[in-house]
Order: sequence, then C-alpha cells, then structure tokens
Amino acid sequence: MEKENRPIIEFTDVSFKYRAQKDPTLKDINLRIYPGEKILIAGQSGSGKSTLAHMLNALIPCSFGGDMSGTLRVCGQEPAKLGVFGMSQIVGTVLQDTDGQFIALTVGEDLAFALENDEMPQDEMKKRVLDVAKRLELTDFLENAPGELSGGQKQRVSLGGVMACDVKILLFDEPLANLDPATGKNTIALIDEIMKKDDLTVIIIEHRLEDVLYRDVDRIVLMDDGRIVSDMAPDEMLCSDMLVKYGIREPLYISAIKAAGAVIGPQTHPQHIETMDITPYRDKIRSFYEDTAENSLSPEKNLLLSVSDLEFAYDEKRKILNNISFNIYRGEMVALVGKNGAGKSTLASLICGFNKPQKGVIMLNGENIEPLSIKERGEKIGYVMQSPNQMISKPMIMDEVGLGLISRGVPEEEVRERVSEALRVCGLYPFRNWPVSALSFGQKKRVCIASILVMNPDIIILDEPTAGQDYGHYTEIMEFIKEIRDKTGVTIIMITHDMYLMMDYTDRTLVLTDGELLLDAKPYQVLTNSEVCSRAYLKRTSLYDLSVKCGIEDPASFVKAFIDEERKKRSKIKSDSDR
Amino acid sequence: MSRLISYEKKDTPIHRLSGLSKLIFFILWCTASAFTFDTRILLIMVFMVVIIYRIARVKWRQVSAVFGAVMFFMVINLVCIFFFAPYQGCEIYGTRSDIIHLFGNYTLTYEQLFYEFNVFIKYFTVIPAIFIFLTTTNPSELASSLNGVGVPYTISYSLEIALRYIPDIQDEFRRIKNAQQARGIEMSSKGRLTNRIKNTATIIFPLLFSTMERIDVVSNAMELRGFGKKKKRTWYSKRELAPADYCTIIFIVLFFAASMVITFADGNRFYNPFV
Repeated sequence: MEKENRPIIEFTDVSFKYRAQKDPTLKDINLRIYPGEKILIAGQSGSGKSTLAHMLNALIPCSFGGDMSGTLRVCGQEPAKLGVFGMSQIVGTVLQDTDGQFIALTVGEDLAFALENDEMPQDEMKKRVLDVAKRLELTDFLENAPGELSGGQKQRVSLGGVMACDVKILLFDEPLANLDPATGKNTIALIDEIMKKDDLTVIIIEHRLEDVLYRDVDRIVLMDDGRIVSDMAPDEMLCSDMLVKYGIREPLYISAIKAAGAVIGPQTHPQHIETMDITPYRDKIRSFYEDTAENSLSPEKNLLLSVSDLEFAYDEKRKILNNISFNIYRGEMVALVGKNGAGKSTLASLICGFNKPQKGVIMLNGENIEPLSIKERGEKIGYVMQSPNQMISKPMIMDEVGLGLISRGVPEEEVRERVSEALRVCGLYPFRNWPVSALSFGQKKRVCIASILVMNPDIIILDEPTAGQDYGHYTEIMEFIKEIRDKTGVTIIMITHDMYLMMDYTDRTLVLTDGELLLDAKPYQVLTNSEVCSRAYLKRTSLYDLSVKCGIEDPASFVKAFIDEERKKRSKIKSDSDR
Repeated sequence: MSRLISYEKKDTPIHRLSGLSKLIFFILWCTASAFTFDTRILLIMVFMVVIIYRIARVKWRQVSAVFGAVMFFMVINLVCIFFFAPYQGCEIYGTRSDIIHLFGNYTLTYEQLFYEFNVFIKYFTVIPAIFIFLTTTNPSELASSLNGVGVPYTISYSLEIALRYIPDIQDEFRRIKNAQQARGIEMSSKGRLTNRIKNTATIIFPLLFSTMERIDVVSNAMELRGFGKKKKRTWYSKRELAPADYCTIIFIVLFFAASMVITFADGNRFYNPFV
C-alpha cells in the first residue's frame, strides 16, 4: 500500500466533553489516517468510538454541543467550521440502522436525497442516480420501497445514498449490527470493492472484529475510556492480548489457537484463517483436541412444546411458513436462526397466538393450545421484544413488573410477593423502588424479562436479546438469561442472528429458510454444515477451517470440544466472581 | 399484512394525476361539502365520489377498519343531534310535521329526519374522498408539487415523512399491542370499555418512545445528507402538470363555484322540500 505523505484525517491532542457531562468523553486523541487506508475502530460501548465518528462528520459540535480542544483536520479543513452539511460532501456516513437511514419512499429517491438538497437539476440527478445504482447493482430496484428490499439491498442503498455526492471518506457506524451473518460478510466485501474502485478512505466502527477482518484492514485502532489504547496492524493486534483486555471478542480461530496453548506470531499472518500459516500451531491444536474431545451425556428429555405440520400465509400468493414440525424439551435453550425474512418472527407469533396458522397443531404440555387467546397463552408462553422501549409502559419498576399480574386480577398482596421474588431472581431487588428511566439498557432488558418471569411461564421467547450490544453487554445479558434458566428451569427460545450467541449458549438450533425448517441440530453441527450455512445465510465458523487445516477428520467434534471448553471456562469465571 | 389507509402503487387514471391537482380537488371538494346542505348537490357528490372510488380501485381491506370507526362516531353524532336538538330540522325548514311522539319533549318529525339525512350523506361525500386521496397520492410527489406552488420545502417534506411513516408506525403498533396482550393486557372486545381505554396507555407510551428513537435516527440521517441547509431543493420525483391535471383543476373549480351558487341562490344553505 503506497501512502501519501499528507494524512487525510489528522487528530492532534483532541479532547471533547459533552455539555451535559462532567468528564471528557475523548481524551488526548492523536490519530493520523492516510488516503486509501481502511481503518477499523474497535472498543466497547462508551469507549468514545462513536464520539470520534461524530467529530468526523461534524455532528459534534454542530448537533451535540460541548467543549473541544486540540485540532482536527479532515482534507485540510476543520469540520466544525464546515458544518454537518459541508462535511457531508467529504465524509459519507452510513448509519447502523439501515431502516432509519432510508428516508425517502423509493430506492431512487433515497439515492437522490443528498443531491436534491444540493439543488441539482432533475435531469442531471436522474443520470447520477442511475450511475450509482449501476455501480451497486440496484438498477432493478429503483422503484421499490424499503419494505420490499432484503437487508443486504438496504445496506447497498445506504451506501449509495452517501456515494451519490462523490465523497472522499466513507464512515461506517456499526454496519453489521442488524444483518444476518452472510449479508454482513457480503457487506464487508462490497465495502472493500467500492473503496478500491473509487479510491476512497474507509473507517469502520464495529466490535464484531472477525466479520470485519473478512477482508484486509490496514490498521485496528482500539479505544477504551476515551483514549486510543492501541493502533496496530491487524496481524500484530491479533497476536497481542489487547483485544481481550479491552473487551473485544477475538476471532474464534485465534481464541482456539490460544486455548490450545500456542503463542501466535505476526509472521504467520493471522488476519484471515484462509491464508494464515498454521503449521507452527498444528501439533498443539491436535493434542488440545484429543485431550478435550469427549462425549457428554444428554440429559433426560421431557417434551414441553410440540409443533407439527404448521403452515401460515398472509395471503394466497406466498406461504410464509410451510410444513414446520419440531419439539422443544423442558429447560432447553434453543436458538431460532435464519436469514432476514425467513419466517422466524412469524413462527414466534404463531406460538404466541398473535396470528392463527392455516394448518397444523401446537401442543403445550400435551394440550392443544389452539383455543387459547393471546392473553391465556401469555401465562404459559412469555414474549420479550427486541428493545425494552417497546415494552416498558410504567414509570416505576415494581409497577412494570407487576403489570401482567394486576391485569389478571391477582390479589395485591400476592402481586407484591411475586414481583419481589422475580426482582430477586433477576438481580433487580435493590433497585425495586427506582424509576425505570434511571436504568441502563441491560437493566431495562432485565426488567422486561422479570415482567414476563413473574407470570411463571413455561417458555420465554426472546426476540434478538443481544442485538447491537458489545461483547461485555452481550455476556452480561446472556449470562443472566442462562442463570434464570438454571434457577427456574424455564425453557428459552431465542430468535437471533448472532452465531456467537447460538454457539456460546444454546443447546439446539432450529434453522429456518424461506419458510421451511432446514435443520434441527446441535449448534456445532449447524456451524460446520457448509450447505445449510449458505442456504440459510449463516456463516460457517472459522473453527471449521482451522480444524480442516490441522487435518482433524471430524471438524464438528473439534468445534464441540472448543465450545464445551469455553463454556467451562465461562462458568468458572462466573463462579469465581460470585464468590 | 394489510395496512390501513396508506399509499399503494397502482396504475389508474386517479393514481396518474399529480399530487397537487388531487390536493386542490380534495380541499375544494371538502369545502363544498362543508358549506352546502343542498341535498341535490350532496347526492350528486356521493354519486361522483363512488364512481371515483371505483376508478381508483381502492381496496376495501385498506379502509374497512377506519370506515368502521367513522361509522361508529357518525351514529353517535346523529343520535346526539337528536337528543340535544330534536327540533333543529323544524327551525331550519320552518315547518313541523310530526311522525310519532316518543317521550317527554321528544317527538320525531319529518324535518328532523330530513336534516339528519343531510348530515348522514355529508359523511359519505367526505370519507371516500379522504380514502381516495390517501391511497392514491404518492407522498413524495405530493411534497414536490406543494413545494412547486410555494409551500416551503421543510413543511412539505415533513408532510411526506409523516405519510411515509404511517405504515411503519402501524406495524410497530401491532407488534407492541401483541406483546402487551400476551402480558395479559386485554385489548379485545372482551374487556370493559374503561379498562380498554386505560390499557391503551400501555401501548401508546412504548409506541411513543420507540417512535422518538426513530425520529432521532431519521433526523440525524437527514442532516448528514444536507437536508435543510439550502433555501431551496430540487425533487427527484417531481412531475409537470399534465393536461388531465389542468382538466381536473378546472373541473373542480367550476364545480365548487356552481355548487356555491346553487346553495346560496335562495339565501340559505338548505334545500327545502317542505314548502
């Protein structure tokens, strides 16, 4: 990579403090980014990485006020002086939420949005839109509304919307958060292709490191507590222990090699598993596998929920679900995965009774639940929505958690007892008299789960419980859910895109694709099945590639061995910290 | 999933009209309907709007729920008119022809029946017009034509955004309602009315908060792409007015003028069959 001498972005001793806050969010930032570079900025929530991004597109200080010191130059200009609009001509920002970023009614209009605001004449604008659409393979969708697009296409539209005005820098704010794994992978490939073709500088803010590293990155800038703690080439960063130290999840194959007791050197190019030289670590990995691979006994199974031959369609044209049959056993943690629009949420809504199936039977505890109303099913099957804001309607925690009981006419005394019990189980008892607004996101999530748990359901269905959360918060939420399961024996079904979640915490995985149940298997079996992964838009785990490279005959059992080992480690850490 | 009254792309003569001509038509139409109590004009309007409704191919499932709600309020309105002003019709038409004595001070008269019949058909001139307007008008095209006649683009774009998000907010409403129902909050007709009203709060607040979040994201996204910086903007979806548009506008202006002349020719707004 040839580098010009002048950096395109230059932070010199930059600090920033939001007006409402006591301590600065960014401290002494010194960072130089050169034209044509691809930089990954990683860090936990609250590390300051979004603040840094907002300085580049001038949302800070133009929209979020505060005190700034030091100097920042982007293309030799000061963002604060150019303002948000001026900077939008230089830095194109692609937001995390592709739905939110889709402003206009159709793809064509959305691509044109920035041009419209720049008063470009209509003929020229149409030409430019067509040109951008061609580059992003969107020409067939110009008349389509956002609802008619897949997740990947929406991502292309967001990208096209900022590319339309010839920017020099593309800034991605957690581009992978809402995408299924395969679409995420394609997005990273697309970014790579675009930046090479159009000679752009790219900055990606993301904590899902392994997915971003699918294509070469020049440097990883690691942030913690408002400071840059490390700025290295990926090969070097992966060999250090910096990522783990600052709460970023390493790529799985890296964790596995380290778990096997090997020390990784940058000369083996650990950035991609495909091209990494693993010969130095091979023997260690093989012996790790032979030591840990063992068959665990499957626990006794009690049938709880049985779904047979379920079929559903909103209209005659297209079946959303077809011929779905599976069983769920008491106390299980099950993941429901598949690409966006595969029918996962529809399946959950049929189980909860929000929609009625055209065909098929759902049995709970051996009873057909078809005649039960939504409310009656709600006593047995709890449903937790993705965002706590979609559920919380009372200002006080006690009232919120007790809502379901009160509306069922449970006597006040009993309500208080059961609410206290649920709050204790959820670790919220000390906060019982707090207003909900004073809680963090993770705590609000707990409130939602507590408000379901209080009804003693047999099953809790969680929709994307960890979407958009960094590794630390992810672990906090998932450990909590697991603890609830262990304490109460409640059965958990999770709708998720997160391959880590499925691997780390679930006993079984149901893979849905185009309305059909493609596979019902253990997570490690799903993640090593190439055919299922590509059909369901999942991503085969890098552990598979690692084991193949090490000449292990049965990659699935290698993945299982590693998962078991990691779970043991996690529960050990947990029991140590509880003590 | 069926969504209530929101724009649906189709190819009908009504859909092809510019948003501006539809807006002018709609406004003059409603004004005419509001002013006149001339039964002949109202009946012609009902007849016309039903034909336009057919041409526009509005689907019943798009509007049925709202139609039901409006009918409910209409019935309440008609009943209230009778109870609060049982002789309004007699006052207006200057005669009194009793049909039957009900109770106390309440006697049903032909004049009152005729007056309430007028109110009733007024509903039927305006409601289909609202449905047609909302389901056939592309919000961005409307915004561009409003801007074209001098409405500031920040205002016309806000209107577009509002219309664009109607379906999204409906979906969100449905999701939240389902989840709250599963928690045991009764929203179906089984529950008592007072409880249902109270329970609506458990949907409205979460809906409000999640909508606020959305507004935050959208307004940042708009600003990042230069919205509001310049005094003017151009429009990707702007369409010049076609001959059909001019015809529509000329027709509705003439129709409006004619209906006003006929309505007020005899000195008051009412057509009187009783003399």
